Amino acid sequence: MQGRLASPIPVCYPVRRGMTSVPAKVINSVLTGLGCFSLMVAEVVRSLMTQRLSGRDLLHQLYFIGVKSQTVVLVTGAFTGMVLCAQTYFQFHKVKMDTATLAVVSVSMCGELGPVLTALMVAGRVGASMAAELGTMRVTEQIDALRTLATHPIDYLVVPRVVATMIAVPLLTAESITIGILAAYLVGVHLLQIDPGYSIVNMLRFTDHRDVLMGFIKAFFFGGIIATTGCYKGMHCGQGAEGVGHATTEAVVYASIAILMSNFFLTLLLTRLLALT
Amino acid sequence: MIEVRQLKKRFRDQQVLDGVDLTIENGESLVIIGRSGGGKSVLLKHIVGLTHPDEGQVLVDGQDISHLNERELLGVRRKFGMLFQSAALFDSLTVEENISFVLSRERNHTPGEIARRVAEALDMVEMPGIQKKKPAELSGGMRKRVGLARAIIYRPEVVFYDEPTTGLDPVVSDSIDKLIVRVCDRLKVTTVVITHDMRSMQTVGRRVAMLHHGRIYTTGTPQELLAVTDPVVNRFVRGISDEKEHTF
Repeated sequence: MQGRLASPIPVCYPVRRGMTSVPAKVINSVLTGLGCFSLMVAEVVRSLMTQRLSGRDLLHQLYFIGVKSQTVVLVTGAFTGMVLCAQTYFQFHKVKMDTATLAVVSVSMCGELGPVLTALMVAGRVGASMAAELGTMRVTEQIDALRTLATHPIDYLVVPRVVATMIAVPLLTAESITIGILAAYLVGVHLLQIDPGYSIVNMLRFTDHRDVLMGFIKAFFFGGIIATTGCYKGMHCGQGAEGVGHATTEAVVYASIAILMSNFFLTLLLTRLLALT
Repeated sequence: MIEVRQLKKRFRDQQVLDGVDLTIENGESLVIIGRSGGGKSVLLKHIVGLTHPDEGQVLVDGQDISHLNERELLGVRRKFGMLFQSAALFDSLTVEENISFVLSRERNHTPGEIARRVAEALDMVEMPGIQKKKPAELSGGMRKRVGLARAIIYRPEVVFYDEPTTGLDPVVSDSIDKLIVRVCDRLKVTTVVITHDMRSMQTVGRRVAMLHHGRIYTTGTPQELLAVTDPVVNRFVRGISDEKEHTF
């Protein structure tokens, strides 16, 4: 299928003429996909700067993405904090460093585990849902109907989801970190008999405001990754139920991989940047 | 006035539109007929600007829309209303929210005015009092009527119908055809109907254009098409298959 790159949604079609080998086709497909994704993100940014965002749409998405994701995020955060506390204690106990356990839990939860695990859980719940919803709208011509009603699909469907996810994921991360540390405290103090006073002092001593800030900044970026990937996959899904199914799976897989890879680079970058503050 | 000039579109190896030339005058009622998969819906999507052509032009009131981007097209599409084959109602919204979608987003209408215009639109399509229902609760014919109400509430200049009677029983189909005629007469809008239903063609069309092999094969009044002796047209309007096409 041929077509212009800057088409409406924007939808892009790989240029297949003269491409016969499998590697060439794969490279072509990957580059086309990246180009389309970049065009969609650019359109989102343009929309944010030029169009008025509907408060009602934003609140609706915040409720679905933020409020409805709390249970899964809180359970994940609590059990992650608990198991991290237990494992750290088992190792530190050998070298008589029991009271440093909560400090390790706290630093890990704030900078790494809190944002990453929250983002992965939200990607599974929300990213998949976005891809399925928008994909179904696409195959049932609802997105075309939206366009005939003089409404840009990016303004109405994508921007509220992206903004809501970028707000909700940091807030969910804060909840996850808090509940994780509380759960670790309960396990450490009441189950493993760690001294509560020294544990809290060490935790506060070794946990920096920069760890918390790093977690929130990461969560903000991860929110953007989840929403843009989910929306992109939904709006570019193939035909029929099979197309929607593929889009949903790919939205979760690609968002998860992107979160884990970008986490590494964000850690290096933010550690340097925040060290300057 | 809408002018289509030498419109060409290819999907993979299939040349769907191969130089379509068509003019739609203001206020006329045009029916485009043709075989299934022959490119009628693709042509309609080009006219509305939902698809970009490989070659050719679509002129709406003299403005070439074939190379406009999505934001530039939004203003042009305000002149159009479209009823999709599946009605394409928004599942998550009620009938009232679907119909008032455009007015609500314009933000310059009071809730009372919007409610009044929704009720008027539902009255016009003979579906009063279903404002609070969800699309999933409606039958196929009801969905089409609601889709039509959504398409006409903002008073477009042209209303497009993509196979409005497909999948409906003959009685409901006839009522939809009569509704199209009534909307056309009462709102004085240009009407373009895509169909392969010959009864619809005779009820709705003042002029008929037949799309065949990616081009406009012939145009005329419904009576002229029914009387024509050309084998392609004759076979189509009488629903007679070609012996050569019986290989499956």
